[in-house]
Amino acid sequence: MSATRDQVLADLRERITSIEGDGVKKAGCLPFGVPDIDAVLPGGGLAHGALHEFAGGGSGTVDGAAAALFAAGIAARTKGQIVWCLTRPDLFFPALAQAGLPPRRVIFVESDKEEDVAANMEEALSYGGLGAVVGEMVRLPMVVSRRLQLVAERSGTIALAVRRWRRQTEASDFGQPTASTTRWRVSVLPSEELPVPGIGRPRWFLELMRSRAGECAEFEIGACDDKGRIHLSAGSRDRANTSRGSLYSG
Amino acid sequence: MIAKSGSKRWVSAADAAARKAGVRVGMQAAKAQALFRGLLMVDADPAADAAALERITLWALTQYSPIVAMDAPDGIVLDTEGADHLQGGELPMVTKISNQFLAKKLTARVAVADTWGAAHACARAISRETVIVPSGEIARAVERLPISLLRLSEKTVGDLQTLGFKSIGELANTPRAPLTLRFGPEVGRRLDQTFGRTSEPIDPIRTPELIGVSRAFAEPIGAAETINKYVGRLIVQLIEKLQKEGLGVRRADLIVEKVDGTRQAVRAGTAKPARDVAWLTKLFKDQTEKIEPGFGIEKLTLVAVMTEPLEDIQKSSSLVEEEVTDMTPLIDIFGNRGQRVYRVAPVASDVPERSLGRIHAASDPVEATWIHHWRRPIRLLARPEQIDVMALLPDHPPVWIMWRGKRRKVQKADGPERIFGEWWQRCSEYEAVRDYFVVEDDAGERLWIFRSGDGVDPETGSHRWFMHGIFA
Repeated sequence: MSATRDQVLADLRERITSIEGDGVKKAGCLPFGVPDIDAVLPGGGLAHGALHEFAGGGSGTVDGAAAALFAAGIAARTKGQIVWCLTRPDLFFPALAQAGLPPRRVIFVESDKEEDVAANMEEALSYGGLGAVVGEMVRLPMVVSRRLQLVAERSGTIALAVRRWRRQTEASDFGQPTASTTRWRVSVLPSEELPVPGIGRPRWFLELMRSRAGECAEFEIGACDDKGRIHLSAGSRDRANTSRGSLYSG
Repeated sequence: MIAKSGSKRWVSAADAAARKAGVRVGMQAAKAQALFRGLLMVDADPAADAAALERITLWALTQYSPIVAMDAPDGIVLDTEGADHLQGGELPMVTKISNQFLAKKLTARVAVADTWGAAHACARAISRETVIVPSGEIARAVERLPISLLRLSEKTVGDLQTLGFKSIGELANTPRAPLTLRFGPEVGRRLDQTFGRTSEPIDPIRTPELIGVSRAFAEPIGAAETINKYVGRLIVQLIEKLQKEGLGVRRADLIVEKVDGTRQAVRAGTAKPARDVAWLTKLFKDQTEKIEPGFGIEKLTLVAVMTEPLEDIQKSSSLVEEEVTDMTPLIDIFGNRGQRVYRVAPVASDVPERSLGRIHAASDPVEATWIHHWRRPIRLLARPEQIDVMALLPDHPPVWIMWRGKRRKVQKADGPERIFGEWWQRCSEYEAVRDYFVVEDDAGERLWIFRSGDGVDPETGSHRWFMHGIFA
C-alpha cells in the first residue's frame, strides 16, 4: 500500500518539477558542511541557480560586515570567478583573502547608482560559468529580486545579495517580501572564550528568516575560517521554529 | 615661425618670449626682426604641420570620440556627445586632453560647446586651458568674441571690420538681408552654424588602413529590430574582413547617418582584441536603444578604429585542463556601460590603506596574496575617524571607546600590532608609528582602532586614537 503511495507521490513530484523547471538547469546545491544547517535547507545546502539574501543585524545593517564576510565565505567555497557588484568601495580585501577568497578570483564592478548594481548582477548571472555573483545593495524590490532569481535559475549561478542600508532605521525594509530563495540575517556575537586575554574565534548569530519550501531556523556559529567554512559554535543548539523574536533584530 | 605668401614674409606663430618682445602674429617678418635683434626665425612648414595635425586627429579618434575631424589649419574637432561619460564627464575629459598635450610639452586649448562654431571660437579666444560652455549658453559665450573667430574668409573679416563690426554679437544683431547682399550667404551661414540654428555635421577622418563596412538603405529604417538586424550583419562582414587581416577589434564605432543629415555614433571597446560575432553583437545591442532614428536612418557604417593582431591559438583539450571561463566579454559589457571594473592586487606595504591597489580586470591574474598573522577587518573606513578613549599608556588597549557618539565598553582586546610609517613615501612618516588594537565591545562588535604614536615618544605620533575598520 505504502509502496504504491510512494510511487504515486514520486511520480507527481517529478511531473511538478518538470512543469516548474521548464528549461531550468538542475544545478544542485552547495552544502555548508554543517549537518545541522544543511538538514534545514531543502536539498541539503544553498541552492545553486538561486538568489540568496544576507543582511546584518544591529549596526551590521549599516556596515554589512558580517553579512559580507558570510557571503564571501560562501563564494569562496564555489568554483570559478566571482563578480562583486557594489557602490561603496569600503571592502578591505585582505579580510576576504583570510576567508579563503584569493584576489585573482574576484572582479569588482563599481557603479555610481544603486540601480546599476542589480543590472550588473543580472548581466553577470546571465553570462554563466561564474562561481558566484555578489551584490551589495540597499533596495531589493520584488520585481528586481524576481528578475535576479529567474536569471540565476537559467544560468545555474549562485546569486548572493548583501543588503546594506544607509541608516539603521531603514532596515525594516528587510521585512518586505522578495523572490529570493533563502534569506539570512547574520549578527555578531561575543567571540569564543579563550583561556588567556584576547579575542577568540568570532561568533555569529545566524537566522534563516525565509527559506522557500523549508523552515526557518536559528544557529549560533563560528565565523568563516581560512577556507570560508563555518562551524556550529560550542554550546549552541539548533533553535528551529522558536516563536521567540530574534535577539538582535535590526 | 615665418610663413611666405607670394613674396610677402610674415609672422605666422610666435612663442611667449617673442610675444613679450612685441612680435605679433600677422606682422611682417622685417618689422619683427627690427623689433628685436637676434630673433630666431624658422620657416613654417605647412605640409609637416598638416601631417602632424592628422596624426593627432587619428590619435583622438582612437581615444576620445568616434567622430573626429581636422579643423584645419590649427585645430581638431570632436563630437563628444555620448562619449564624455566614458572619461568621467566633460570636465575630467577636457582636463585629461589638456594634460596629455602638456605631457608632450604642447599647449592645447580645449573648449566644449553645443556647436562646432562656438567651440571653435571659444577655444581660440580663451586664455585658460579649458572651458566648458554650458548647454544653451552659446549666445552669451560668443557675443563678445571678435568676428575673426567666425571662420569667415580673411577678406570678408577685413571688410566687416572696415564697416565697424567688431564682435560676433554685433554682427548677429544686424539685419541679415543687407549683409547677404553685400557679402553673400557665407556670413549668415557661419552665424547660424555658430548659434546652432543650422546643423553642421562633422565628417569623421578616415584613413585607408581603417577597416570598415557600411550599408546604405534605399528606404530609411527606424525600428529597433531592423537596426539590430543590420548591425548584426555588419558585424559579421567586419569580422570576415578582420579575419583576412589577422586582426582583432579593440574599438569599433557604429556611425548612423540619418535622413536629416545628422550623424550619431556609438562606440564599443574591448579589453582584449576580439573577433567574436556574439561578443561584439552583444556590445552594440546594449547601446542600440541610444540610437535615435529620428526621421529614419539612411546609412550604417561600422568601423574598427583600433585593431590589434589576433592570431588563432590552439586550445588545450578540456579533458586535460580544467576549463576556465574567459571573463573578458563580461568585463567589456560592464566597461562599455561606464561602470568601473577592476581587480585588487596586493601592494607590498604594511600600512593598511596602501596594502592594496586596483588593477585592470582583464590583466593577468596575480597569484600573490596578503600574508597576515593578524586578522584584518572586512570594512575599512575611507579615512580613520578620531575617537575618544580611556586607555593606560603605553601599550594597554582602551577600557572604553567613544565612536560616532556611541560609548562602548571594551570587553576583550588584542594588540598592539605595531605598524611603522614608510619614510620612503613621505618624510613626515619618518618616525611615525601606529599601534593597532582589535577591540570587542559588550554587544560583540569587533572594531579595529589604532593609536598614532607608540605611547612614549611624542615624535612618533600625536597619541590620539582613531577608528579604522570593522570586523565581522
